[in-house]
Amino acid sequence: MVVTKVDNALRLAAVDRKATSLGLTAGMPLANARAMLPALEVVAADKPADRKLLEHIADWSERYTPLVALDPPRALLLDITGVAHLFGGEAAMLDQVRSSLAKQGFAVRGAIAGTTAAARALARCKDGAIAPPSEEAVYISPLPIEALNLDPVTTHALRCAGLKTVGQVASRGRAELIARFDAGVVLTLDNALGRIEQPISPRVPPPDYSVEHQFAEPLITQDAALAVLKALAARLATMLEEYGNGARCLEAGFFRVDGVLRRIIIETAKPTREPALIERLFREKLDALADPLDPGFGYDLIRLSASRVERADPETIGLDGNASAEKEISCLIDRMAARFGSRRILVFRPNDTHIPEAAAVVVSAQYAKPTKAKWERVRDRGEAPRRPLRLFAQPEPVEVIAEVPEGPPLRFRWRRVLHTVAFAEGPERIAAEWWRLQEPQPTRDYFRVEDREGRHFWLYRSGIYGRETAAARWFMHGIFA
Amino acid sequence: MSNKAAKIAALRASLARAELGELETHAHVPLGYDEVDACMNGGLSHGALHEIFAESGHEAAATGFAAALAFQMATDKRVLWIRQEFSAIEFGDLAATGLLELGLDPIRLLLLRLANAADVLRAASDALSCAALGTVVLEIPGDPKILDMTASRRLTLASAQKGVTAFLLRLGGKSQVSTAETRWRVRAACSLDKENWGSPVFDVELARNRHGRTGRWVIGWSCEDGHFRKPYDEGTEDSGAVVSAPCDRSIAAATEGVGDTKAVRRIA
Repeated sequence: MVVTKVDNALRLAAVDRKATSLGLTAGMPLANARAMLPALEVVAADKPADRKLLEHIADWSERYTPLVALDPPRALLLDITGVAHLFGGEAAMLDQVRSSLAKQGFAVRGAIAGTTAAARALARCKDGAIAPPSEEAVYISPLPIEALNLDPVTTHALRCAGLKTVGQVASRGRAELIARFDAGVVLTLDNALGRIEQPISPRVPPPDYSVEHQFAEPLITQDAALAVLKALAARLATMLEEYGNGARCLEAGFFRVDGVLRRIIIETAKPTREPALIERLFREKLDALADPLDPGFGYDLIRLSASRVERADPETIGLDGNASAEKEISCLIDRMAARFGSRRILVFRPNDTHIPEAAAVVVSAQYAKPTKAKWERVRDRGEAPRRPLRLFAQPEPVEVIAEVPEGPPLRFRWRRVLHTVAFAEGPERIAAEWWRLQEPQPTRDYFRVEDREGRHFWLYRSGIYGRETAAARWFMHGIFA
Repeated sequence: MSNKAAKIAALRASLARAELGELETHAHVPLGYDEVDACMNGGLSHGALHEIFAESGHEAAATGFAAALAFQMATDKRVLWIRQEFSAIEFGDLAATGLLELGLDPIRLLLLRLANAADVLRAASDALSCAALGTVVLEIPGDPKILDMTASRRLTLASAQKGVTAFLLRLGGKSQVSTAETRWRVRAACSLDKENWGSPVFDVELARNRHGRTGRWVIGWSCEDGHFRKPYDEGTEDSGAVVSAPCDRSIAAATEGVGDTKAVRRIA
């Protein structure tokens, strides 16, 4: 027995078969139920856990069709258009789904129909029914109106009006129904009777290219799984080649016998369809997983799909061999990304701003596009570097002794070490970009200094003395080579 | 039993060949600074491991020296810079603008940021097998335990196989036994005049050289055309006079540890 709090009262959320036979129904206040059966065993409802369980079952049922939609709180919708013959017809498929879910310990009700509302209504009231195409009305009409799963107020109103079955409701005029209730009721009714179709919205958009391999005996070892993956990659490659495409993002689904699905996703920098490369990337990824692939009792289905594809024309091989070098680099980038994560392998890109820490950005090498933006030097020809080689992400405060408040530093203490300035140059005044920021930021006066040991530091004073600030605060921003 | 011994002997021999023989076949790239090049039989050798140690507090200078060498050795190929995340907090992050100011093209750099030294070493061994790369720089702060003789030998072998040069940039670490071809100690050198200061000037010590002499020089870097040069404008000051002249120490004299004595024995 599961209870939940509705309108400040504990009500039964779900009841099992035995409880139903004792006269309890969902929605009943707990106090009433306790009055009937004092020895009632109750558990609190856990909606997130229910949802998670439903997601798990949805994962599992992806072995039947890629188009699976959740119908919370306790239903799944599977679009089996064009796949039923793979499982021996609709009846056999429904049997298989129901029996394997029952084996996993679930109480199952299922039905097949041409529209979502019809299937839902049948599953609710006529477990195991299969409505042939365009005969939904025949099957649905005798069902009680509860089958439509309308909101309780509407259902109650319909009952009060003496309309007890779907057929009776359908016999009333549409205008009448819309005027009394709303268009939603008519829409559900039409859908249930097979007059209009409502597509389901699948949890995961179905991939354009997908291949799978089902095993009679479960597969236990990872090596065997990888070998299968390679064979699947070869099949996927021929599919992709036919359309002149290459995969940028690949997903491998490992379906375990006990219903657990593990998805592994790899991405590539260039559209690819080489089986050996794909297998290697998956191997890297699997080796690097923090929680390794656990085969449990083995896999009974492995699926490989290309979730994102791009146009990949046959390569033109340059005479200088540059193309192959570029390809080798992008392979390396993919390997590193598969093993360590895409956000760790990076390239620099210029950024059009004069704020020093933002003048260059690092972007993931896998997604970096060739850029037309130009790098621009700050220094003039023949000058010493004006931007440091090592930059602190967070400028560190320093104590500075300067001759005059707006002058260059004479001595400064950074990280508890006192540095005496031998040469200094500045200030280079860098103002904040007021057009981008909400809060005004202080202007920075940068000084390039050399200490007695020959090290070059880049210090700045925050705020213009006397105008923006009364007490100068100094920061260490970077160190030159 | 004797069969096993013979096998081990054969393996040892092949290892020695791999470590010493093959390295010799790779080309030497001159740094463009005659005195240094003369010490190294014409330049820094390709397909080998070179260690660059930063003197304490001179990490940025060592970074600059490593970047300069890495870009010069890579010629027109890409440079992969693998660094441990921690070093950015401690010593600052490698800045693209800074590279640009030094005359090095940041577009040619691939940056790999990793969590620990073990990952850095693993990634480096893999990257060194990619011949399309010019050079690989490993930036490792401190003295991680994993960076031992085995790790350095692995890097040396991987580097020799495809001819991709490896630079091990050590920030705040102590030198250990290794199979590196050269070992450099870098600090920043003081500028002399008030007018021309600020360009990078490195005080470098070639502390160890497997196939040549060691020495210590003050080297400048020309940001305009990206090569090493005399530190100050010709005529103002002779660089040789600033520090002691290169010492003619051979590798046999420079016994720094057990590993070096071993190396000497092998050469003999």
